[in-house]
Amino acid sequence: MNDLNPSGWRPSTGSSEPGAWRPTVTGHRALEQDEPLLFEIGSLDGCGVDFDEDDGAEMLDALPRRTTPVALPGLSEPEAVRHYTRLSRQNYAIDLGLFPLGSCTMKHNPRLNEKVARMPGFASVHPLQPQQTVEGALEVIAQLADWLVALTGMASVAMTPKAGAHGELCGLLAIRAALEARGEADARRVILVPESAHGTNPATAAFAGFTVAPIPANPDGRIDLAALLERLGDDVAGVMITNPNTCGLFERDMKTIADAVHAAGGYVYCDGANFNAVVGRVRPGDLGVDAMHINLHKTFSTPHGGGGPGAGPVVLSQALAPFAPLPMVVRDEAGKPRLIEDPAERTDAFGRMCAFHGQMGMFTRALAYILTHGADGLRQVSGDAVLNANYLLASLKDVLDAPFAESGACMHEALFSDAGFAEGFSTLDLAKGLIDEGFHPMTVYFPLVVHGAMLVEPTETESKAALDQFIAAMRDLARRAKDGDPALKAAPVHAPRRRLDETLAARKPRLVWKEA
Amino acid sequence: MLGTIGAASVDALFTDVPTDALQSGPIPGLPFHASERAVERHMAALSARALTADQVPFFLGAGAYRHHVPASVDHLIQRGEFLTAYTPYQPEIAQGTLQVLFEFQTQVARLFGCEVANASLYDGSTACWEGIAMAGRITRRRRAILSGGLNPHYAQTCATMARFTGDDLVVLAPRAEAESDDADVIAAIDATVSCVVVQYPDLFGRIPDLAAIAEAAHAAGALLIAVVTEPVALGLLESPGALGADIVVGEGQSIGVGLQFGGPYLGLFATREKFVRQMPGRLCGETVDAEGRRGFVLTLSTREQHIRREKATSNICTNSGLCALAFSIHMTLLGGVGLGRMAQASHARAVTTARRLSAIPGVEVINRVWFNEFAVRLPRPAAEVVDALAERGVLGGVPLSRLCPDRADLGDVLLVATSECTLEDDIAALASALEEVLA
Repeated sequence: MNDLNPSGWRPSTGSSEPGAWRPTVTGHRALEQDEPLLFEIGSLDGCGVDFDEDDGAEMLDALPRRTTPVALPGLSEPEAVRHYTRLSRQNYAIDLGLFPLGSCTMKHNPRLNEKVARMPGFASVHPLQPQQTVEGALEVIAQLADWLVALTGMASVAMTPKAGAHGELCGLLAIRAALEARGEADARRVILVPESAHGTNPATAAFAGFTVAPIPANPDGRIDLAALLERLGDDVAGVMITNPNTCGLFERDMKTIADAVHAAGGYVYCDGANFNAVVGRVRPGDLGVDAMHINLHKTFSTPHGGGGPGAGPVVLSQALAPFAPLPMVVRDEAGKPRLIEDPAERTDAFGRMCAFHGQMGMFTRALAYILTHGADGLRQVSGDAVLNANYLLASLKDVLDAPFAESGACMHEALFSDAGFAEGFSTLDLAKGLIDEGFHPMTVYFPLVVHGAMLVEPTETESKAALDQFIAAMRDLARRAKDGDPALKAAPVHAPRRRLDETLAARKPRLVWKEA
Repeated sequence: MLGTIGAASVDALFTDVPTDALQSGPIPGLPFHASERAVERHMAALSARALTADQVPFFLGAGAYRHHVPASVDHLIQRGEFLTAYTPYQPEIAQGTLQVLFEFQTQVARLFGCEVANASLYDGSTACWEGIAMAGRITRRRRAILSGGLNPHYAQTCATMARFTGDDLVVLAPRAEAESDDADVIAAIDATVSCVVVQYPDLFGRIPDLAAIAEAAHAAGALLIAVVTEPVALGLLESPGALGADIVVGEGQSIGVGLQFGGPYLGLFATREKFVRQMPGRLCGETVDAEGRRGFVLTLSTREQHIRREKATSNICTNSGLCALAFSIHMTLLGGVGLGRMAQASHARAVTTARRLSAIPGVEVINRVWFNEFAVRLPRPAAEVVDALAERGVLGGVPLSRLCPDRADLGDVLLVATSECTLEDDIAALASALEEVLA
């Protein structure tokens, strides 16, 4: 192999043939610009902020002061803009193409929502201002709450949870509080979680002080009803069910399960990560759900931001509503929103999930999205999402193993396995091949109930043309994986980096930059 | 498409849903779609129903601070490659986000004076609980001491979790006195305590002696968790890690993120390298690719829920990635020198404000020392005074009763915060409005 050039971006391939790659002095290649670390380009006395002139800064003599500035390099504005713009170009994003991550609902993020979130009455108000000075912000929370309650057919909603997993925690704590109120909190410590559940479900149950009992799936990809009914009893606090489930299927027995769980004295938590499949068509309240979080960053299009922030409001049934955490926004008799913060006013409230009122910036975006779509548009969202997923499933099931293709129409995502791949070829190879084709890979190796799982969620915002291009790429990659094309093992070759050594990263963790 | 699928209609794809739970048309009683212009007007009308921090003299803090955020920060975080990316699970095409996280972790670690930091948590209050839970895992003790100087909403967030996990939290009562409650915290430490949680600067703006508390905690085998709700303070004050804190958690909102009515904010979490495998949340680490080039990946994921499930160190998944980016860009623009300048200006405005307010009859500044926030005792209930100030177009501070409604004895305490955005005119407006209200 050729030596690395100084910036490490590309090997300097030396050829003077006309049209061939040539080594470059900088190591960049036209629009492919590598970017050093901030700490390698910034100086400790650099600063890019344009401060007001100092007006004779007065200081308290008694203030215990640090002797040297924090050792953080600064960049000027043009340097910083280049640093981050260059870095941004090493990211894949929905704005660049189809992003079929199953259970993540990577739909287009409408830009109206960004504009709305930055309006000063939402973005430039402090969470502890007097209520009469933040009426618009409270009204946004109340309007979004009204919509979430109406779309789910539930009694109320706790708005403060900050992401899906935080919402799960909120729902389970409400269940704990309800059991405490019944005097059964010590007796009922078990939460039943299907094996196909997302990892946050069992982690949340443990974080909330429960123990987890796994429930198997049946061969058609749904909860084994008999096994679940068998496990119900006096020690069971409730179930955590994802519906539609992580195999992309609707749990047909949801109402039966809910009735049985209620009859056995437990509660039903529904993981709402996949609400996009049924929004506007199915109200979870009609299926007997007691609590469900809604990922505003999935169903309601708030941008995922490279890992958050999200928002996870939790809708609650009549049985759990009194235990909702504070603060909460309620409407008075005249319909005016009012913020309740004092526990003395809501003695059943189980406590507080976070310091302030939840993810306001996500609320404004989600409300703008909901108002834009309306009841008719949201119904079309789920219809189109399910249509797109079924189109992918129908177009790929002859070349990829679809273990549950005979289990009924899929919902908003289609699940495939690695069955039939050549010896030594895996889901990971196909996923990395997708990168070279210009797509983000699907969710891989999840759910755990399928070998080499590939969970593909196109979302409703992809056109047929985009789906067809993706299908063509997938068909070719499936063929290469089955034929054992060695080039696939090397993928990706066109990305800013080749496959990265994750074992090395974990064995010798380097989590911060240190001067060599 | 339906032909390929072999379905007669889109509705036919929903046959697995029980018919009595399936809506036959749009959910009744809800409005239909609206145009972009109509939605924008609706939201703009709501936005107008506010008194905003940019419009009027503004002195609120208590865990959320207004600082000037350079325009380039908001511009850069809106690049679609950052805004519309997912968690970097496919590192080959997420090096932008990953390098930012690596830089962010380094910035946070240096700011807090710690060896390592994670890639963010939800906010300061939830980070505070994660710190307590981690200290429990490390010390195998289940009892934590929370200083009375800890923001009561943080204490309540932790108490809510502890109620269900069975941890024993000793929450000291806030006391409106000139000095922080270091002596009480130290007196509460014994060999059963996993950690002591001390806010720095504290709720009242006082500066606890972290070194003394750390020494007492370590002598008893306990950890010190420092909580920084105003990281700009570290432009002037020594970093908690350098003073002996074992875990430093914080709210990063005041750098780059903005007020946003309380969220989304940014949970900061840093600690010692030896505790790294007990840390909550995502971590980005350096490695190499198949050609030996430097690259970054999410690492040590065997701590996390998607691998460990019910044995994970935390249930957190989505965190505050874009807020971490905003923080990191603002910090990059500031540098250590700029942070110091912003801190100095914020502090200077507080000194001026305190001097002006203490000249008003009946107003007493409680603190001996403060950074950019201090407490004053008023001759009337602070909540009433704040309402009266708002009527006069001044957002005058946070009445302590908002945070501890059960403490009638603290009803006359007002928290006042400043920043480099506070103008001389703002201070004069607050002073004259307060004089008028108290007259």
